[in-house]
Amino acid sequence: MSEQSPIAPPPGPGSLRLIVSLGLIAMISGLFIVLSVQLTREKIAHNKQVALEKAIFAVLPDATQVVKYKLDESGLVQLPNEATDANLYAGYNAAGHLAGLAMEGSARGYQDVVKVLYGYSLEKEAIIGMTVLESTETPGLGDRANNDPEFHGNFKNLDASLTGDGSAVANPIVTVKNGKKEHPWQIDGISGATVTSTAVGNGIRESTNRLLPLLHQYQGSLVENLNP
Amino acid sequence: MQPDSLTFIFLNAFLINNFVLAMFLGICPFLGVSGKIKTAWNMGLAVIFVMLVSSMCAYGINAILVKYDLEFLRLISYIAVIASAVQLVEMTIKKFSPALFRTLGIFLPLITTNCAILGLALFQTNRSYDFLQCLAFSVGAGAGFTLALVLMAGLREKLELADVPDVSMGAALSLMLGGMLSLAFMGFAGLGG
Amino acid sequence: MVKDPRLPDPLSWQTFTTGLWKENPVFVMLLGLCPTLAVTNSAINALSMGLATTFVLVCSGVLVSLLRKVIPKQVRIASYIIIIATFVTMADYAIQAISLDIYKALGAFIQLIVVNCIILGRAEAYASKNPVSNAFINALGMGVGFTFALLCLGMVREVLGMGSLFGVHLFGPAFQPWAVFVLPPGGFFVLAFWLWLFAVARKRTARAQPATKEVADAA
Repeated sequence: MSEQSPIAPPPGPGSLRLIVSLGLIAMISGLFIVLSVQLTREKIAHNKQVALEKAIFAVLPDATQVVKYKLDESGLVQLPNEATDANLYAGYNAAGHLAGLAMEGSARGYQDVVKVLYGYSLEKEAIIGMTVLESTETPGLGDRANNDPEFHGNFKNLDASLTGDGSAVANPIVTVKNGKKEHPWQIDGISGATVTSTAVGNGIRESTNRLLPLLHQYQGSLVENLNP
Repeated sequence: MQPDSLTFIFLNAFLINNFVLAMFLGICPFLGVSGKIKTAWNMGLAVIFVMLVSSMCAYGINAILVKYDLEFLRLISYIAVIASAVQLVEMTIKKFSPALFRTLGIFLPLITTNCAILGLALFQTNRSYDFLQCLAFSVGAGAGFTLALVLMAGLREKLELADVPDVSMGAALSLMLGGMLSLAFMGFAGLGG
Repeated sequence: MVKDPRLPDPLSWQTFTTGLWKENPVFVMLLGLCPTLAVTNSAINALSMGLATTFVLVCSGVLVSLLRKVIPKQVRIASYIIIIATFVTMADYAIQAISLDIYKALGAFIQLIVVNCIILGRAEAYASKNPVSNAFINALGMGVGFTFALLCLGMVREVLGMGSLFGVHLFGPAFQPWAVFVLPPGGFFVLAFWLWLFAVARKRTARAQPATKEVADAA
């Protein structure tokens, strides 16, 4: 590395020359960047869509199409396909009927934050699938949360029904020690990866407690059938 | 603890995912400037300072770029802004506190190419931290960098007295030590959870 | 640009192999260690990182060499950084377009290629003083050398830490992976091991005299 600073006092050529040459460089670089952004834009959007659909179809087994929504205190709004601030994804089956909803949850794991996507069925009032979106958990231990079939069995029909008035989840989701699962709202943890499986449970609990009552309130704005 | 609380962000950058020992950012100064505890300490202070300044700058720049939908210029603006911020900091210190400049001065140019600084800016953008979270993150990262550097310097000062086979002298030995430290830092996983 | 007192190096096989062996950026010059340690937890990550860095090295080398008479000395570092950042941004978008999985695995380290000292070092020490063809060949050699070093680490770490190579499982289900090797400490240990190996090899070569030099260059 040279110690010479880039803005040393100019003893040689005048500052005009410096500005012109820097401007030239900046123009070339701008040209290259804009060119590559233009060329790759479509492909990147396509890749992101494919990755998102893959994750959503994994948690909503019947779904073949996705519509994005944003759900908060003010209501449930349908978003255009290229939106990036969606927090609720509705999956529709081949016939265009609503197959379920996918939502994200995150909680603190062993190494870092664990981010999961789970599928929720309105009819069953239960979670019907889960996939880990992001985690840096220990290979061989914590990462089993993503590929252990027994652990994933927990999320085939995990009770997340609401109380009578729909203002809260009746039995908040909780992770219990391996082999101690007694109720349909409990997740059977992975032995040897307790912290990570607890984090998955915490992420889903936090997300269901917040979103499901809202969803109950604004359920009317969901499109039931894509091609009526 | 909530994953987005300030304490967690600080602890995470400081110990659990230490910038040097777990994320491998700033390895060059980690190996280069860790000969003496005193220099390591001064370098660490300079890094904390520059991290704070550039984290704030990066936060501002990103807000502007997002507003005008110019995210593809992010990298170029970050690197330009960090380089100029370091120069500015250098000039300011030189003018107002010559004593401090003598301590930190020689490290400041080195810091511009320290990937921990740019890494900090990129990570805080990726995780979309708000302003306070950025500050907690930068102080944690800087403190973690300093801790790793000082620990390493302490070990190397002791090791100078040891009798080591000559082929494994130098970088190989330093990396081995780094590995041990990194292994020890893995014990912080799950801290405060 | 003031006239360089040194004549440009003649273009030769040496221009290429220098970066590969004699001045290997990782094993000999100890440059660019951050990505070397951070993204080599699997062979495929190591390969993608190596290729991305090579792309930036070659493109910025060529452009710097093309503009070497235009860029005033006072603003050269700033210009080099802009040029490098441009190509890194391009590589970043290209990788997103090719595979999001690789992009996720490499994370911020693609953008951190910008502060990889190898690239700025090459631009400053070689490309700014030599004609385009030399700069191209030299940068290519350095890039291949860097990729080779990353692969050395990535392959060892993946085989020991996950029991696979490029995602293909090598051992039966009974194999218990040595997980520490894909974790951060493993990066330090494996690089330390390679450096030690190279130090031993170089010591042997030095002792056995120039007869083996040809072999080393051919390798």
